[in-house]
Amino acid sequence: MSDDRVYPVSIEVNGTLREAQVPARLTLVDFLRDTLRLTGTHAGCEHGICGACSVLLDGEPVRSCIMYAVQADGRKVTTIEGLAQPDGRPGALQDAFCEAHATQCGYCTPGMVIAAHALLETNPAPAEQEIREAIGGNLCRCTGYQQIVDAIKLAAGKNTGNAA
Amino acid sequence: MYAFNYQNPKSVADAAAALSKGGDAKLLAGGQSLIAAMKLRLSAPTDLIDLGGIKELSGIKVEGNNISIGAMTRHAEVARSKEVQAKIPALASLAGGIGDRMVRNMGTIGGSLAHNDPVADYPAGVLGLNATVHTNKRKIAADDFFKGMFETALAAGEIIVSVSFPVPKRAAYIKFKNPASRYAIVGVLAAETASGVRVAVTGAASSVFRVAAMEKALAAKWSADAVAGISVPADKLNSDLHASAEYRAHLITVMARRAVEAAK
Repeated sequence: MSDDRVYPVSIEVNGTLREAQVPARLTLVDFLRDTLRLTGTHAGCEHGICGACSVLLDGEPVRSCIMYAVQADGRKVTTIEGLAQPDGRPGALQDAFCEAHATQCGYCTPGMVIAAHALLETNPAPAEQEIREAIGGNLCRCTGYQQIVDAIKLAAGKNTGNAA
Repeated sequence: MYAFNYQNPKSVADAAAALSKGGDAKLLAGGQSLIAAMKLRLSAPTDLIDLGGIKELSGIKVEGNNISIGAMTRHAEVARSKEVQAKIPALASLAGGIGDRMVRNMGTIGGSLAHNDPVADYPAGVLGLNATVHTNKRKIAADDFFKGMFETALAAGEIIVSVSFPVPKRAAYIKFKNPASRYAIVGVLAAETASGVRVAVTGAASSVFRVAAMEKALAAKWSADAVAGISVPADKLNSDLHASAEYRAHLITVMARRAVEAAK
């Protein structure tokens, strides 16, 4: 088939219902970035290796580059934009990434923050090994991971009231 | 990737009907291998039939002395299932060690088995635990299911519906993983089952296989020492940048020993 038939999708993105007609081969990351102009989610390797495109699907992290927008029909998606505070300022976890110098080039950061957020949702005081496992699907070519692990520890310490 | 027709059936019967319509149709399960392959144009189906909307394909059921896992059940669901953890901890641990959290949230047991990647974990679980693959047409014993690299006994138009695992007396799955992808460089599932001892190896060759010599030794005496001196010849094993065939042969013995020790 050469032409792109379109299919209706209705996806709740960061709390807002978004309806669109999309080709089946449109990936979720391209839907978020190109159709909705939510460019916080990054397209890195684009074939399921690097994790930069991670978003939450019904609260669980998934790679949006190896998922079609049509597969998210009827589901809830949270992107990095959805983790900001209501006034648009960064959330506590994002602040911790700044404080610990965990960003450097910043390309992997949205995926890292999504992975870390998913971890802290279910495990508010993770051990270092659990943090490393949680970001195990996310590649960073700058930091050597240590500052990212530090940032997540910092955020976890603030969550649980312990100074990191 | 190339454009394709998309279908989203609500029942296995509808999916089977769509699959039989001709063209180069493929089933879309979790998409963690298929969509990546389509992006790389290693696969270019004319039609994708998305199984994600078929409720009857998901879920975990205890049926007597078996645990039945629906084909579209995600790895994360198997890993956190209280029933699987209680009755077949080796299987829960295997599922919890597949890839990373993102892969486990999307990837499915049916997709993994139909794909039969030589380095995937589930084939060792299914072969080692003597599971039965239930399709829309028949039941296939694990020993008959895996045919070779990316090749299974599934016929055209056949859809995996569920996989039934008999609860073993004891079992463990231990893998030497690629630290980046978490694929098995070598993974061994050792189990004492109602139908005898089984040792299944993934990651090492073109497809999952059993090690008869180890099974015989463990049947005589279930102990790590029983397999410590048994090695698999390297000549049919994979060599790649991660490990030579000789190293994989070595790892099989080591992983088997550890699996026997860890079995519960």
